[in-house]
Amino acid sequence: MSNHAPYIRQPASVRSIMLKVLAALLPGIAAYVWWFGAGVLVQIALASAAALAGEAAMLALRRKPLWLFLGDGSALVTAWLIALCFPADGPWWLVVAAALFAIVAVKHFFGGLGRNAFNPAMAAYCLMLVVTPQWMSESQSPVAGQEWQWVALGYLLGGLWLIRQRVITWHIPTAFLVALTAIAGGFHVFNPAAYAGVEFYLLSNSAMLGAFFIATDPVTGATTPRGKLFYAGGIAVLTWSIREFDIYPDGIALATLLMNSCAPLIDRCTQPPVFGNKIEPPAA
Amino acid sequence: MPRQFFKFNGGVMPADHKAASTSLPIAEFAALASLPGELVIPLQQGNGGSLRALVEAGTQVLKGQRIGVGYDDTGTAVHASTSGLVKAVEMRRMPHPSGLSALCVVIAPDGEERWITRTPFDYRRAGLAATRDYLRDAGVLVGGDFGATGQLATLVINGAESEPRITCDDMLMRERADGVIQGIAILREVLRASEVLIGIEDNQPEAIAAMRAALAKRGAENTQVAAVPACYPTGNARLLIRVLTGIEVPHSRRFADYGVECFDTSTAYAIYQAITLGQPMVSRIVTVAGNVERPRNIEAPLGVPLRALLALCGPQADTNRVIMGGPMMGMTMPGDEVPVVKTTHCVLAGSPALFPPPPPEMPCIRCGDCARACPADLQPFELYSFARARQFGKAQEYHLFDCIECGCCTYVCPSKIPLVDYYRFAKSEILARQRDQEFADAARERYQFRLLRAEREKQEKAARLATKAAAAHAPTAEDAKDAKDTKKALIAAAIARARQQKEQVTPANIDALTPEQRAEIAKIEARREALQSSAKTAPPQDE
Ligand code: SF4
Ligand code: SF4
Repeated sequence: MSNHAPYIRQPASVRSIMLKVLAALLPGIAAYVWWFGAGVLVQIALASAAALAGEAAMLALRRKPLWLFLGDGSALVTAWLIALCFPADGPWWLVVAAALFAIVAVKHFFGGLGRNAFNPAMAAYCLMLVVTPQWMSESQSPVAGQEWQWVALGYLLGGLWLIRQRVITWHIPTAFLVALTAIAGGFHVFNPAAYAGVEFYLLSNSAMLGAFFIATDPVTGATTPRGKLFYAGGIAVLTWSIREFDIYPDGIALATLLMNSCAPLIDRCTQPPVFGNKIEPPAA
Repeated sequence: MPRQFFKFNGGVMPADHKAASTSLPIAEFAALASLPGELVIPLQQGNGGSLRALVEAGTQVLKGQRIGVGYDDTGTAVHASTSGLVKAVEMRRMPHPSGLSALCVVIAPDGEERWITRTPFDYRRAGLAATRDYLRDAGVLVGGDFGATGQLATLVINGAESEPRITCDDMLMRERADGVIQGIAILREVLRASEVLIGIEDNQPEAIAAMRAALAKRGAENTQVAAVPACYPTGNARLLIRVLTGIEVPHSRRFADYGVECFDTSTAYAIYQAITLGQPMVSRIVTVAGNVERPRNIEAPLGVPLRALLALCGPQADTNRVIMGGPMMGMTMPGDEVPVVKTTHCVLAGSPALFPPPPPEMPCIRCGDCARACPADLQPFELYSFARARQFGKAQEYHLFDCIECGCCTYVCPSKIPLVDYYRFAKSEILARQRDQEFADAARERYQFRLLRAEREKQEKAARLATKAAAAHAPTAEDAKDAKDTKKALIAAAIARARQQKEQVTPANIDALTPEQRAEIAKIEARREALQSSAKTAPPQDE
């Protein structure tokens, strides 16, 4: 117990932040259910159960306060993101395996909450892409389409609310979307036949999910204001290149992991000037 | 004349709870109760330096009589805050979390409140240097380099009492605005300031109105009352200067280098009392609030125990700690018997309901809330991880010593990490290491010196022998050997000197610290002990 100032604390907690992130996902999920049926709810439930079980087991193994950490909601956020990224018609064990891998290996092997270097949901997505490509292939993967645009809109709304709630800042979503528009639009204008248009990217649900919910994961991303711009811009450019040039249908996952590994460096190079050092001080 | 204000990044806005202690007027301690059996006046007030006692047990003192002065000409004097008999000059516990003791003058009041003769001071005739010395001798804390840098562009008066629950400056300005304005006028004249800006937070409208009215009556030119937006920690001098003038004075520099100075309203009032009324600093206005029935401001004689102040305000039964200062930066006292000193602006009674123990600490999720709240533009979570890993060099690279310990980062952290505790811990560790280094250097120097002396003695002996031999008889083989010895000794001494010079080059340290920083550091340093015990319970428990 701290005996020192400050003696008062703001009420916000890790739990309240995570619950807000979950709440912000609801409009997108609602649109998902409206257009594609309740299948995704089953996926969410499965992933959540697996993630919580994995979390509980690891906490017990590592002798950490079980209810404190189980209640922080971070495992649920990982689980929901997995369920929303994965094909809704995939087999049940796919999300379960992914959620377990995300929590046990990516999160806890690195030291648990706040210590993991890579985004657990995206790492699990990449693993499944490699291990079970047949289930993750383009035909089943959520892509742009009239219905998906509604889902994307839902994520956008939720994301804007998160910014208003100060859970995330504008930097990452803005930089992500601007960079994606710029690069996709540029190449499309340059050669419309070979490159998909901006709408293909922006209106896909994964772009919105990526901009507001995946790239904004604070633990694994850059944290300085300028760093966030570079970081999110980097994810956007990598996403586009991977999608354009590689076999993987959905570049966000890999792009995020790549940029995760650059985040510490970006942070180090973008430290904002401290008070009084923003301009050259006058001579003594 | 709407003023443009400048912003600083960060800051927080906790509920201010100021209304609680402003409903009652300022009360003189003596009007509410008789003085306690003894007043304890530390020979240590002000910037940390200790003072020399001018009295001893058995001395009869008058109110306002000087009882302690500095060993050199920078120490601010302390005075008897009432008339009576000096009971003892002895070690007593300081109002400091470390619970360390310091030499104090203990006075048994005679209840007569007999003053010394009070004569106003003619600062206009005396000039700057004499005025500075007068204020020092009158016990007003104005800082060692008061007026040392010539003309000032802007004199900032700090009435921005931004910490929650503290209202002593607010009430002072409401009730004694005229005295404050007169003190400001003196400051302005002595420091030759072209402009005076009095910054008061806009949640203190009564104080603003009172100060404006007093200003209009006195007709001071180029002096303005500025209602600055309320936001903690605007009351920090550096930040208030930023808000009012746009100037950011880095932590490593003095205000005067930038043509500004900043004084508290209470200092302005103390200057008015000292110069216009001839009355040295023997009391101060203290906000008593928190877990008490009747929170209010009391003008307390220096040396009164905190418990006597609390007793006047009806402390509640579940009070479990006494805090000197506000809820953001205040220090938990080692006991309630410690005395009111010149820097005591607030005494808070704490209870588990009022200041509950923080929820369990979680790992940092790098959400960056702390960085957005930090008025010094630091990255508190990076500092935290370095401090926790004891990478103190890294922490300094990330500007640990620019942290003003305002507590904003801890206040907002969703993971409930006591971040400031880690910074205090890291700072004191770094300073302790630096001191150890200095100690080692000194020891090595002493050793070198001993070697050198041994060499010199040997050499002198050889020289003596040589002269004796030369005087006695013609050179022999033995003498030749002696001469060789002498030469050898000379060479050895020269080598030793050279080596010593080389090793005297001081190691790189946290150098280039200003005197204020040193004073601040000394303050922090004194908290060390308490911190280390807490560090054992709170910080690192990595697996
Ligand atoms: S506010 Fe707390 S949890 Fe968030 S980055 Fe700062 S230290 Fe970490
Ligand atoms: S305590 Fe230090 S690090 Fe924390 S907000 Fe204040 S200045 Fe910044």
